[in-house]
Amino acid sequence: MLCEKCGKNIASVHVTKIINGKKTELYLCENCAGEKGELGFSFEGKFPLHQFFSNLMSFPGSGSGKVASTSYSGLQCPGCGLTYAQFGQIGRFGCDRCYDSFGENLLPLLRRLHGNQKHIGKIPARVGSHVRLKKDIERLREELQKKVAEEAFEEAAVLRDKIRKLENKISSGGENHGG
Amino acid sequence: MEDNRKAKHSLSENSLEEILKNNDGENKMQQERRSEIVSKWMEGTGPEAEIVISSRIRLARNIRKMPFPPLASDEQREKILQTAKDVLRNSRLEESGFGIMDISVLSPVFRQVLVEKHLISPLLSRENRFSALMLRKDEIISIMVNEEDHFRIQCLLPGLQLEKAWQEASRYDDILESHLDYAFDEEKGYLTACPTNVGTGLRASVMLHLPALAITQQINRILSAVSQVGLAVRGLYGEGTEMTGNLFQISNQITLGQSEEEILQNLYGVTSQLINQEKSAREHLLNEGREKLGDRAGRAYGILKNAWMLSSREAMQFLSDVRLGVDLGLLKGVPLKILNELLVLIRPGCLQYLKDKNLGPYERDLERAIQIQKCLP
Repeated sequence: MLCEKCGKNIASVHVTKIINGKKTELYLCENCAGEKGELGFSFEGKFPLHQFFSNLMSFPGSGSGKVASTSYSGLQCPGCGLTYAQFGQIGRFGCDRCYDSFGENLLPLLRRLHGNQKHIGKIPARVGSHVRLKKDIERLREELQKKVAEEAFEEAAVLRDKIRKLENKISSGGENHGG
Repeated sequence: MEDNRKAKHSLSENSLEEILKNNDGENKMQQERRSEIVSKWMEGTGPEAEIVISSRIRLARNIRKMPFPPLASDEQREKILQTAKDVLRNSRLEESGFGIMDISVLSPVFRQVLVEKHLISPLLSRENRFSALMLRKDEIISIMVNEEDHFRIQCLLPGLQLEKAWQEASRYDDILESHLDYAFDEEKGYLTACPTNVGTGLRASVMLHLPALAITQQINRILSAVSQVGLAVRGLYGEGTEMTGNLFQISNQITLGQSEEEILQNLYGVTSQLINQEKSAREHLLNEGREKLGDRAGRAYGILKNAWMLSSREAMQFLSDVRLGVDLGLLKGVPLKILNELLVLIRPGCLQYLKDKNLGPYERDLERAIQIQKCLP
């Protein structure tokens, strides 16, 4: 449905006003709702957050165009069973694995909310060592490739064992490397 | 306990002064409860304390492979709560003055008091399923368990002390982390139930008193500019609450892609600008009509000191007028501390806690006037 005021944009805001018992309803786009002063500072109070998210998620031209709505609404997180469609309704993730499960579909939403999609702040000490391990493995893998290309198989075997050791550390949760 | 009619009746026969003196037993209980309500952040100390009432840092943290509280089963929530209790025991938190309160055992009125003191969120106060508050004795550090996220660490300080509040909160974050396996992703940072918190999980906010900007009618323009630089503006009690008493809460909205330091610097920068604008508006008002301001403060004080009934809204407005008068030296002998405390003491939950009974709106307006009488010097 198009905005009742400008008639150009998709109406994403439903305003119901009851003044002296007289009810008026309006369907507006975000711009017109803002202009009309319907979205004051108490935005959260007037509009449920989940509605806000579903608007963001289905908002056309937000860079999510390449993902057709039918293809991702069926996504489901194996961790908690939340579907992507449910996430859109409640605006909350069910567990930490949802972030992986919904993967790239979240990027437009995160970009719209934060203008960014990559964390650059604090890292937990424990995960910090985990990250370091991962970086070490990446480096060793590159070396391994080189050695294989050079046909230096003995050295390559040593590198391979090193990589395996580090990978085991990671898969055991890295508990021994908190610090 | 007296019923309504009797209370109103007795009020109409006695002077307010007599009512205040009456009932020593109740006064003693009220004194104790008042000191329970008063918190460190209301002290009126710290940098820029005249304009910045408090600074707050909140960190959202979750445990790996556990459903977030909104979707968790009772069993899973109980496990999280048990984990919190274990951390309290195994770390040095207990020794450093931390206690833990199960929300489910608290009375609705006391929960409301905790909300009004800004120690828990309205969401947590409604939660009966294995939610808790871990609280340091001085109430500067509080940790909500099973709110929207498994853990929400808060540091609340008087005045403009964002940096210090961040350091304190981060210190307790480190302590929790040494006992817990946090849900963290290299790309997306700390994983939270709501996508608006992901990344740093940090919400930093300041509570500002900006009466001169309101009187000079600049406030709407300025606040809309603030909201355009990625900061949110709210009333005293956060999301969806109305802005009364010229009090405004400013907080960051972006949590992903900015470091904690950047977020704090941004908020600090905007806060400093608001402080400067407020100060020059005060200067302007003083030059325009010092007497008018003094009159405004004096009248407000007179009403607060003599009114028999006060609604929350008018009490907040008069407290704001008095505060401005005190800040500008036009009204003497009213400490900031008392004005800050009154902002909380006159809330519905606190009034009912002080009176130890449920009060309707009419009775609250009466009780509010009485409490202001008692506290205002």
